[in-house]
Amino acid sequence: MNDKPALSVLDRPNSYIGRSVPRPDAKRLLQGRGTFIDDKKLPRMAHVAFARSPHAHAEILSIGTDAAKASAGVIAVVTGEEMKAVCTPWVGVLSHLQGLKSQPQYPLAVGKACWQGEPVVAVVAASRAEAEDAADKLVIEWRELEPVTDMETALAPETPVIHADLGDNLAWKREFSAGDVDEGFAAPDAAVVEETFLFGRHTGVTLEPRAILSDYDPAEEQLTVYHAHQAPHMMQGIFASHFGIEEHKVRVICEDVGGSFGIKVHTYPDEMATVALSIMLRRPVKFIADRLESFTTDIHARDHKITARMAVARDGRILAIEMDDLTGIGPFSVYPRTSGIEANQIVNLTGAQYTNQNYRARATVVFQNKTPMCQYRAVGHPIATAVTEGLLDSAAAAIGMDAIEIRRRNLVPDDAYPCKAPTGLSFEKLSHHASLNRLVEMMDYDGLRREQARLRAAGVHRGIGIATFVELTNPSAMFYGVGGARISAQDGCTLRLDARGNVFCSTGVTEQGQGAEAVIAQVAATAVGVPLERIKMITGDTDNVPYGGGTWASRGAGIGGEAAAQAGHALRRNILEVAGVILQARPESLDVRGGAVVDMADGRERIGLDEIGRIAYFRADTLPKDFQSELMVTRHYVPKEFPFAFTNGVQASLVEVDTDTGFVTLLRHWAVEDCGTVINPQLVDEQIRGGIVQGIGAALFEHCLYDERGQLLNGTMADYLVPMSAEMPDIEVAHMESPTKDSELGAKGAGEAGTAGAPAAVLNAINDALRPLGATVNAHPATPEAILRALGKV
Amino acid sequence: MASEIEIKLKVNGEPVSARVEARLSLVDFLREKLHLTGSHVGCEHGVCGACTVRLDGEIVRGCLTLAAQADGAEVTSIEGASDSGEIADLQAAFHERNALQCGFCTPAMLLSADALLKRQPAPSREEIRLWLSGNYCRCTGYHAIVDAVASVAEARRNNSV
Repeated sequence: MNDKPALSVLDRPNSYIGRSVPRPDAKRLLQGRGTFIDDKKLPRMAHVAFARSPHAHAEILSIGTDAAKASAGVIAVVTGEEMKAVCTPWVGVLSHLQGLKSQPQYPLAVGKACWQGEPVVAVVAASRAEAEDAADKLVIEWRELEPVTDMETALAPETPVIHADLGDNLAWKREFSAGDVDEGFAAPDAAVVEETFLFGRHTGVTLEPRAILSDYDPAEEQLTVYHAHQAPHMMQGIFASHFGIEEHKVRVICEDVGGSFGIKVHTYPDEMATVALSIMLRRPVKFIADRLESFTTDIHARDHKITARMAVARDGRILAIEMDDLTGIGPFSVYPRTSGIEANQIVNLTGAQYTNQNYRARATVVFQNKTPMCQYRAVGHPIATAVTEGLLDSAAAAIGMDAIEIRRRNLVPDDAYPCKAPTGLSFEKLSHHASLNRLVEMMDYDGLRREQARLRAAGVHRGIGIATFVELTNPSAMFYGVGGARISAQDGCTLRLDARGNVFCSTGVTEQGQGAEAVIAQVAATAVGVPLERIKMITGDTDNVPYGGGTWASRGAGIGGEAAAQAGHALRRNILEVAGVILQARPESLDVRGGAVVDMADGRERIGLDEIGRIAYFRADTLPKDFQSELMVTRHYVPKEFPFAFTNGVQASLVEVDTDTGFVTLLRHWAVEDCGTVINPQLVDEQIRGGIVQGIGAALFEHCLYDERGQLLNGTMADYLVPMSAEMPDIEVAHMESPTKDSELGAKGAGEAGTAGAPAAVLNAINDALRPLGATVNAHPATPEAILRALGKV
Repeated sequence: MASEIEIKLKVNGEPVSARVEARLSLVDFLREKLHLTGSHVGCEHGVCGACTVRLDGEIVRGCLTLAAQADGAEVTSIEGASDSGEIADLQAAFHERNALQCGFCTPAMLLSADALLKRQPAPSREEIRLWLSGNYCRCTGYHAIVDAVASVAEARRNNSV
């Protein structure tokens, strides 16, 4: 069968591609009618609370459960040893991150606890309050062990080894070298700059905490898990593997998810424990993390110390880049995506927007007794970008060149594609120069520079920061599948015409608020030829949607959208087959437009889709005996030509620094983003804006602070600062469009670009303000204290 | 110490009588006992604002208010404010402007924005930003929310002239 449509989805009449239609699924959220996990109640449902390790590293000597078991409302008290019988341990490694190692991990700590907050004992009761009351009555005897908290000494011989079986605290190491780095640094006219960058640990702070409601029916041997998660099929496979249940007897349902950002795409011990409890107790068990549990057990991100240097020629050309990354990932590599990916991305992406090919990098990934670290929005990108762009600004200052000019001299030319980064990453088509030109124009760069000079003379310290970057989106199987993880890179879409001419659309992509349902509905409506309101979306249910990866790595629109386009073409062709039989016309002479079959040539309506549905479903007797209508189709898509569809972007930040208090005021922020075909401009803009503000959070506020014993010091929303509306700037967004030819739709991802570029833009702006004062800040977050220290004022 | 307390109140216009634990928060009461799940629990210590409801006309933190404190009061949650149509313009503006993503903060954001506009019909963008700082949103970056609230402020002013 020929799957190539006469017209591409981009050329269809009445197209929704490129239109800012509102999200159809948003109305219920506006009326308080969403369904988040904690809104669900099931018959016989019980609640679990966890006793967690108060220590970063400690041996469990004994667990006294008598008083807890006797507490009001208690149904069960379960320890790690007892839970081992129903859940096999997991190990977060991938074969393509060669040498990455980790320790088997259990739902509840067995023998010893490795971070403050690790779940140790589960208490199930009739209410959460009663479960917490009982957990307080547990008597756990601990022997404190020396915690490994400082990543810089994690590999020192005198430092204790966290997992004796692993031999040392080294999780993974990667070294990379391309071109002639030494020659670059030794060039006679080279200006060499070197900086040490610190990226503090931060976390996602999804407003809806992690949540799971697990129900086990022993009669059917059926496990049903309502999960606040981004990847239902991945979790279906994991539950099946570790609880010994056939995969088709595991159903994972993700309804409304209250923010995810990568926090809700991992395997968490307390969530695995909740599933184990529902199996052990043969009834539904609910776990909702409270905010302290979120801070101590949601994955953390970043925590890198990077020393890097760059050589530039006097004409501004980058001659070489060298980078050494040290990162601490907590006591385990997180399953199944591993905690090696961020360091790997930093190695891959540093300097990747520039033509320089002389590049050397080293990444050292160590274990420590802190909350496990794993992939969070823009994985590695904010760090690679901050390092690259921070070095480049220092280099520009060293040779007396303007920040825009030095970028123009180094960015890969817009006509140089396809091409490769030094690390071998392929770039199909990017628009760095056009994007930078657009940015310069929209922000009135020259005007701002003049204003900056004028204000500087008046003692006002304003800074302008620029950050260019590439972003990895639409990952193929080269990201996880190749390393042995059962994480789908492909995604599917099923379309079904109902008997009244409406279209049911189910997709493996999940909705976390980003608007995936809206953009996939737009693509499907366009490809079939029906008004948007005739589409009903079904997502987040492994029993009822095509197999797919879900939502991560900016893949929903590009991969899920393309599957919807192809399914839409196929359904339209099948509709036209039916119409052709009814109308005694050639299907090629007909089209579907506005919810009706029309003449291709003049658009004259021939028959409504409701009539097609009526005849196909109720009066098939009127159709020829050798004809069978097929009004339900499924198509899948996975990127094939390129392992990743890279996007590019550039951001600018304008800040004012109060040199007496160290406070930074964000005045404006601009972004130009090229994510290929834009399906819904408003949704893309809001993804960019939301991503930028999360990046600003990392740049200025967010930091998980620990003491030397591995105790988290700021595990409340009052102490851990996230961006509030008053301190955020208005953000202006513009687009370039370089579609990927890997798909007909041409869409790339947009969900992480904001976060990728914002920290670099903000730090560069702060340093631009501080430069005349001889100060530099390379610590994220750049707190008032860090700025005053850089100024030598404290 | 009495661990349970009898309360009588009006919730979204309907009379409610209940016997509640003294420690039960108002938002847990609404969610667990009355199944009004539109008010959300984000931090349980009064910072994120996701539990915002109206108590006798003023917005309060549902997690810092005890159910027992609502005895004799009139409580309005998002369900009541939505069904009465009184914030329909804000809901429409949020929808049109995509001033929500995951929607977890949204019911409280709407009640908070409505309280601002009742107090101050012509707020500047800065004043909107300052007022809404008691309601965290992790998805939108706030820009679209400020746009939506500003547009409703203008429309309400024009309609009242």
